[in-house]
Amino acid sequence: MENQTLLTIEDLSVQFVSAGIRTTALSGLSLTAKEGEILAVVGASGAGKSLLAHAVLGLLPKNAQVTGRMTYKGQVLNEKTLPRLRGKEITLIPQSVTYLDPLMPVGRQVYYPMNKQEGRAKTAALFEEYGLSPEVMKKYPFELSGGMTRRVLFSAAVLSGAKLLLADEPTPGLSRETARHVLRHLRAFAKEGRAVLLITHDLDLAVECADRVAVLYAGTLLETAPACDFAADGAALRHPYSQSLWNALPQNGFHPVTGNMPSPGERVESCPFAPRCPKKTALCREKPVPLRPLRGGTVRCIHAT
Amino acid sequence: MAGKTARFLLGKLLRMLSLLLAACLLSFFLLSLSPIDPVEAYVGASVTVSEQQREEIAAHWGLDQPPAERFGLWLSSIAKGDLGTSLLYRRPVLDVIGERFLASLWLMGIAWIFSGLIGLGLGILAGRREGSLWDKGIRGFCLLLSSTPTFWVGMVLLLIFAVWLGWFPVGLSVPIGVLEQDVTLFDRLSHVILPALTLSLAGMAPIALHTREKLIAINRSDYMLYARARGEGEWTALRRHGLRNLALPAVTLQFASFAELFGGSVLAEQVFSYPGLGRAATEAGLNGDLPLLLGIVLFSTLFVFIGNSIADLLTFFIDPRIRRAKRGGI
Repeated sequence: MENQTLLTIEDLSVQFVSAGIRTTALSGLSLTAKEGEILAVVGASGAGKSLLAHAVLGLLPKNAQVTGRMTYKGQVLNEKTLPRLRGKEITLIPQSVTYLDPLMPVGRQVYYPMNKQEGRAKTAALFEEYGLSPEVMKKYPFELSGGMTRRVLFSAAVLSGAKLLLADEPTPGLSRETARHVLRHLRAFAKEGRAVLLITHDLDLAVECADRVAVLYAGTLLETAPACDFAADGAALRHPYSQSLWNALPQNGFHPVTGNMPSPGERVESCPFAPRCPKKTALCREKPVPLRPLRGGTVRCIHAT
Repeated sequence: MAGKTARFLLGKLLRMLSLLLAACLLSFFLLSLSPIDPVEAYVGASVTVSEQQREEIAAHWGLDQPPAERFGLWLSSIAKGDLGTSLLYRRPVLDVIGERFLASLWLMGIAWIFSGLIGLGLGILAGRREGSLWDKGIRGFCLLLSSTPTFWVGMVLLLIFAVWLGWFPVGLSVPIGVLEQDVTLFDRLSHVILPALTLSLAGMAPIALHTREKLIAINRSDYMLYARARGEGEWTALRRHGLRNLALPAVTLQFASFAELFGGSVLAEQVFSYPGLGRAATEAGLNGDLPLLLGIVLFSTLFVFIGNSIADLLTFFIDPRIRRAKRGGI
């Protein structure tokens, strides 16, 4: 049986209006996440990765304007449906300890959506499974190490029973070994039939752990590719940016990409990567480049074949 | 935990003693520079007291001795609990302070509770929706209040509610010409309401503004975002995470406001002729009643110190980061 598609994002754009100035933070973003898969969303800082997670949850600041369509199991995500889905069907695995209430013991923070007795027992069992000692239940966030924090946050996600997990940068600040450990947990979630959206700037780890990789650049999606396409010299990849990102990794030759990603204020309608692209032609600067399917993935580049 | 609490209390005690010593030194120094002559203040306008007698009074009080020795004498009698006799009331200073403080306690207590509760409420209302009409209105009101002198607020209230509307008496703490045992609770309340309102209006603004600021910060915090991502509604999230985090600055402010409270009561009591400690301070100052003035200075130092210590103690219990910190001491 084909795995069900849980999340569909079609042509999502997010703009912020502040003091009459409109800034585009995300534009024309389309992707899907299926049951049983890990979809990694990679990109540099400021590419709009975390914003994507907040947009899916409907938790953007008040001055954000969202266009496009997002559905969960075919149901449109909006102000009416999201309050029922947040924390039950869709949940966030945040990136750091600051997402925990500094004044509440972590055990309680994991189980508070449930009734106390049942929740406490289940949390204790989960903590044991994740190798956290029972005393951790009574600890406060400031007393946790980075690895412990991740495991506490993972426990909360498991306990929620949510099917779609948005994991926002779960690995920074962890040793390579601990990070791999964390990613193994994500893989376990996928095996249990959940869909995991892994937001990360670590392409290396993303390729190692995810099924598909979506590459974000300057607020837009340049490519989605099966993780196995990130191999050798990156010839199987569709977009020049993905290729240069891949080849910039130390083990792939350490070739730097010159130039900088445009910031939200200076974004253009045409290909945002054109100024840095080795394959650019006059055509790239002329008009917006649409996202199109190509070889089992998607790409936003007129030259890709 | 027990050891830590003991260390905390011992530290506080040492701090209190050193603070009191410093307050003694400073106020003694200031008063010795002041133009008030204690003998002059004592004999008053009486012309029957000869120069000879004045010198004898000065010698009796030890005023002929050098300042350092006078300070030592004064300090040693304070240490024994003897603050001297009030020239104005011809009674021991401690008795006067005790009696006056009781009257002020009513006033300050009511004002303190009102300003805390209303300030917190207004702060939450304003901070909940930053930039909303509520927020703008409340912020404007608070800024207006904090830039208005307390005595002026008192005079306006007095004018409106006591003079024009006649709802409340114009002054004092009990009706004139009524025996002590015939004074009812209603009498006392109707006399205390206007000064208490004046005092609470003065104290409310900073609490409301700080609460607003903190609530906005809390609403922007990562942990509130996470709470919402887990399906908590606005009020549940506020109750579960907001209030406790909000309580930290609120408690500190509320107890640290003892200083403003006392300062405000000096003005409010003067406007309403309310016979409390604040008014006693004004009278002692204006009439050169040095023992009473020094007594009130020391008492108010202690009062403010106790307020701050309560704030520290409560923070210690509310905030696990302080309670469980590896190295103790606040």
